[in-house]
Amino acid sequence: MSTMASTAFVRDEMVGPQKAPPNMIGPIGWARKNLFSTPINSVLTIVAALFIVWCLVPVIRFTIIDAVWTGDDRAACAQASGACWAYVKAYLPQFIYGRYPIDQRWRVDIVFLMLAVAMVPMLIPRAPFKRLNALFLLTIYPLASFVLLTGGHLRLRGRFLPDDIVAPGPVRFALEFALLSFAVVLLAGLGARLLGLRTAQSAAPIGIFLGGLAFIFLVAGADFGLVPVETANWGGLLVTLVVAVTGMVASLPLGVLLALGRRSKMPVVRVASVTFIEVCRGVPLITVLFMASVMLPLFLPEGVTFDKLLRALIGVALFQAAYMAEVIRGGLQAIPRGQYEGAMAIGLSYWQRMRLIILPQALRVVIPGIVGSFISLFKDTTLVAIIGLFDLLGQIQASANDAKWASPVTGITGYIFAALVFWAFCFSMSRYAAFTERRLDRSHRG
Amino acid sequence: MAAGDIGARSFGGRAAAFINNPAVRGLVFQIAFVVALVWFAWDIADNTARNLQRANIAAGYGFLDRTAGFGIVQKLVDYTEASSYGRALLVGLLNTLLVAGLGILIATILGFIIGVARLSSNWLISRIATAYIEILRNIPLLLQLFFWYFAVLRSVPGMREKWTFLGIFHINIGGLHVPRPVFADGAGTVGIALIVGIIAALLVGRWGRKRQEATGQAPPAGWIGAALIVGLPLVAFFALGRPISFDVPVFNDQGPILRRGFQAGSGMTVIPEFFGLLLALSLYTAAYIAETVRAGISAVGKGQSEAAHSLGLRNGQTLRYVVIPQAMRVIIPPLTNQYLNLTKNSSLAVAVAYPDLVSVGGTVLNQTGQAVEMVSIWMIFYLGLSLLTSLVMNIWNRRVALVER
Repeated sequence: MSTMASTAFVRDEMVGPQKAPPNMIGPIGWARKNLFSTPINSVLTIVAALFIVWCLVPVIRFTIIDAVWTGDDRAACAQASGACWAYVKAYLPQFIYGRYPIDQRWRVDIVFLMLAVAMVPMLIPRAPFKRLNALFLLTIYPLASFVLLTGGHLRLRGRFLPDDIVAPGPVRFALEFALLSFAVVLLAGLGARLLGLRTAQSAAPIGIFLGGLAFIFLVAGADFGLVPVETANWGGLLVTLVVAVTGMVASLPLGVLLALGRRSKMPVVRVASVTFIEVCRGVPLITVLFMASVMLPLFLPEGVTFDKLLRALIGVALFQAAYMAEVIRGGLQAIPRGQYEGAMAIGLSYWQRMRLIILPQALRVVIPGIVGSFISLFKDTTLVAIIGLFDLLGQIQASANDAKWASPVTGITGYIFAALVFWAFCFSMSRYAAFTERRLDRSHRG
Repeated sequence: MAAGDIGARSFGGRAAAFINNPAVRGLVFQIAFVVALVWFAWDIADNTARNLQRANIAAGYGFLDRTAGFGIVQKLVDYTEASSYGRALLVGLLNTLLVAGLGILIATILGFIIGVARLSSNWLISRIATAYIEILRNIPLLLQLFFWYFAVLRSVPGMREKWTFLGIFHINIGGLHVPRPVFADGAGTVGIALIVGIIAALLVGRWGRKRQEATGQAPPAGWIGAALIVGLPLVAFFALGRPISFDVPVFNDQGPILRRGFQAGSGMTVIPEFFGLLLALSLYTAAYIAETVRAGISAVGKGQSEAAHSLGLRNGQTLRYVVIPQAMRVIIPPLTNQYLNLTKNSSLAVAVAYPDLVSVGGTVLNQTGQAVEMVSIWMIFYLGLSLLTSLVMNIWNRRVALVER
């Protein structure tokens, strides 16, 4: 017994894990697995590394090492073999504001700031007050921006009442608006009475709508003492953002309407929506912009003229609405039939069903698609340069030929700068879309 | 309270029941919608007619027969300044088709390479592909076009100098100069031989498949087909005494300074506008096609290739017979969408004055003021193209769609 105890060995604990071979772990293991797994892969890796060096070295030389960072005019860059950043520095205010009067640029700053402040909590999924925030972005923000950027004080003159009763001016406009509102309310009340509905209930939405309209006219027509700035003086990033944000804000409701129209049971509405969507999606944006800039003036009665920027905005918004409609339609189709039927079963009307049940779900599903469509809109805003507006790209293109800074590298420097700006905007949007996509994916699984 | 509410609604009488009927409501709403639409359209038409009258412009397409009076730098069919506006638009249309067709070819090849590279197990290769896609997709196409045309193609040597690649491609500010093929008598026969070769190769391929299905032995149909496609035209070419020759661009670097450079009428010149547009369009679209290809290949389940491997298929065979046929079903619909996008994007030609349909049309519009007609021509062309594409796509989709039990 005792001899056994002395000679036999019984292991009563597990052997500790062996260390992995040194060439299977760490950077070496990683490189063996991902870069040199087969002979062909090794060759590919070396070729790729050479390719990267071949690409990156000239780029870094041009943009950093050989670049000119300081200078007052073209003399600094005339002989340069690298980017002329001094030119970008000198023109930066122009790239942001265009020819907006220098002493009025604080107004643009406020508009930019408001956008940033409202957008950040909108983008963070956990931040509260989403509904109020969206309401601010879709209604108050555009109105405030309009007043700030143009100076407001719209000359409302009225149109219908004869001149000898009331002179053209804000008073006549207000009178006409009041009369028209009164007629609408009266008609609505009569209709409700006829249908046996409670008048107060049907009057509420009409009242809100008319009141909102009156408020908009009041603000737009009021004189805040701001110096008017013509849109011809706007430029640079300001125009890019105005076109992009207007397109986004206007295309969402329009897109929702078009998407609902396309799925409507009423053939006339469906055909009209499908036609509009397919025509817009079938033609290049540039023809839509040409149409807005050369054909829209033909469509208007004599004496009515539209601002050039406004025409472009209308074209972009309608074009974008068609794409948005298709994205939203995808979301509507993704909602299970049971949701529609359930909403119907509890007795909701069409608009209640859409507003309370379907759209909140459908819009949440298509957030990545909406952001994706915003990215293409943001890139497409550059096309307004072709019809003679000075967006960021147009401004850079124009300033590169300025005699004060003209040099062989000025143009390419401007393009690199523009590319960096656009890339930063679009890439962050696409990352955001990917982030929401992952989040939605998780919440569906969970 | 609630009961009273319901009562107020339901005791509205027969009129209320009629008005609350969804069918009636729908009808009334649609009639109102049509009336509003017609009124809107009539108002626009009326305003347009009045505005045109004031500007003294006759409506209609009669202007297409009038003399254009402007030159076009790149034309695939005969065109002079004395030709009509209609002819000018035809030249523009062909130029659009040319740049779109070539762009689609290049973008597809590049896009497939980059898409596959993005899925490569080699970390460096997949990173390069990702970087390419993320950079190119997030920069506006117009900016890329400006970059290639104004920044890159303007920094090449001037008219009196040149850069040469591979001995036959010469580039300077005048464009890309390459040899021009000259077709003598009998060149057509060589072309026919090529077509016959392709048809024969297709027949051989079909015979090869039938034979493999029947016997399990695969004849070398691919090699025979390739030999037919290359061989038949070559035989015809030499038998007919070499009817195709090349006119090499003549470059003078001696003599008086004004006579130096490429001599007019020798070789073929690809104008820089075309070259820049082609470059921008194909590089930009390639990034999108790469994403499409990557998504398509990723959509084929891993089990598919594992099953193929366990059946004893080699890597190449797995790819060819199992993965690619299934991936193509996912890839092709968005791919045609990208082709359409490229064609529509080719309208950016107007920014660098490449004479495509939109650019030529813009000139015509400026000269004649026929805005409505010109815009309608643009829209009909692009709409027709996209309708045609979706028609073909639908037919194709029906053919390849999965037949489920």
